[in-house]
Amino acid sequence: MSLLKTVLENGGFAVTAEMAPPKGYDVSHPLEVAELLRGKVHGINVTDMQSACLKASGLGLCIHLKQMGLEPILQITGRDRNRMGILGDVLSAASFGIDTVLALTGDHPVVGDCRETKPVYDLDSVGILAMLSKMEQEGCDCGGNPLSSVPTLFKGATVTPVYEPLPLQIHKLRRKVEAGAQYIQTQGIFDTESLKRFLDAVDRADIHVPIMAGIIPLKSAAMGKFMNENVPGIAVPDAQLQALENVKASGGKPSELGMTLAADLIGEIKAQSLCCGVHIMAIGAEKNVPAILRQAGME
Amino acid sequence: MIITQKKPLEELLQMLQGVTKVAIVGCGNCAAACQTGGEKEIQEMKTLLEERGFQVMATVLPDECCHKMLVRRDTKVLRDCGAEAVVGMACGDGVQTVADNIALPVYPANNTMFLGQVERVGIFHEYCRMCGDCVLGDTGGICPVTQCAKGLVNGPCGGQKNGKCEVSPENDCAWIKIYQRLLLLGQEDKLLKPCRERGYAADAHPRHIDLRGKKK
Repeated sequence: MSLLKTVLENGGFAVTAEMAPPKGYDVSHPLEVAELLRGKVHGINVTDMQSACLKASGLGLCIHLKQMGLEPILQITGRDRNRMGILGDVLSAASFGIDTVLALTGDHPVVGDCRETKPVYDLDSVGILAMLSKMEQEGCDCGGNPLSSVPTLFKGATVTPVYEPLPLQIHKLRRKVEAGAQYIQTQGIFDTESLKRFLDAVDRADIHVPIMAGIIPLKSAAMGKFMNENVPGIAVPDAQLQALENVKASGGKPSELGMTLAADLIGEIKAQSLCCGVHIMAIGAEKNVPAILRQAGME
Repeated sequence: MIITQKKPLEELLQMLQGVTKVAIVGCGNCAAACQTGGEKEIQEMKTLLEERGFQVMATVLPDECCHKMLVRRDTKVLRDCGAEAVVGMACGDGVQTVADNIALPVYPANNTMFLGQVERVGIFHEYCRMCGDCVLGDTGGICPVTQCAKGLVNGPCGGQKNGKCEVSPENDCAWIKIYQRLLLLGQEDKLLKPCRERGYAADAHPRHIDLRGKKK
């Protein structure tokens, strides 16, 4: 059974970390990093060609992680596979004991590195969740045909807390939950104020689902500025950008401050019981995750 | 309207290699409005081809190039004109309809782009993807299948930035437009409808409609 599900159902503070498969077939580096996360997180969330850039498939890395005795979470986008492709992958994943999934619509190929790719989008995030829920409830495939064995999944989805108009994002969240999302992880947030505004809106909409706050440790002011300008839903406060600049100007390491900011935010979220957990997106610096958790007092 | 765009002349000339005598067929409807196959464009094409040594044996401008009977009637003159090939200045439908009616190779001078709105002369916007399952009643008259780059029918993705689509900053996020329109119409509750399932079983090409109750 999904470790993440167990933790969330028992009211624990869940921690997951995100990791990308390699752009190649040699998985030794991701597996070394994953080893560092053993016992520190409740799930390693494997991306599905994030930002529409080609990588080895997430299912492959998930199988490697599972065989190491780690707890992978399979991200599934609707960009590259139709409903048959998705369901086939989910069944294959389940045969390896991989039962925690995260459904996303997926970035469009033209924003990625293989721009001529034909986008699929047979199903969006809501459609993927609905198909998987129907499979679990009725024991059937996407054509309504009976399956010989039916996995029980723990299904998640994402949400963007800093979004204008916010009611539209709340409507989409409701659709995801109604379609079967059992946990939600947010886009990266950088302050508790914007998170609280979003959580209040979720409460007012009477939507009940465990929400894990997305945490992106900043490596530099330039990274923060780039994300502010280019990544939807990201709003790094000016004060944090300035602090990162100051550290750099005084000869210090901005990435260490970024880790401290992330750890402080995690600590605050936990202390104030704002969310059921955190999802750390270290973007290539996953080796720092144990240190961030240590700083946040999570050991 | 079917929106077409001229192919580069070099591409057409490549198709016409080995041919010296051609006929030109335009379309008096969509292609004329798109400035890709009306009388003026036919004459321009004639001049361009003659400058390159082609003999233009005949030109024809049917009122609509997608109407089989009409095209059969109007292209009769091409059969004995001595042309070795036909240049089709219509949409893909028109070019094929001409080809259905004449035993000569028909080469397209245009690319067929989309089903679109004519905002004003020379400005066209894609408005319908002809999905065969119209959702406009739920979406304030704004088509998410067409206006959303991903064709999403259950609300926005997370990719909009300042209301603009991740695919092209020229395009507004369709779902923000839909939301604003539904607010204006007092129909925000339509966003509470359950997940819309879109299927493709009826999408097997080519599709046919027979109002006469018998198969063609």
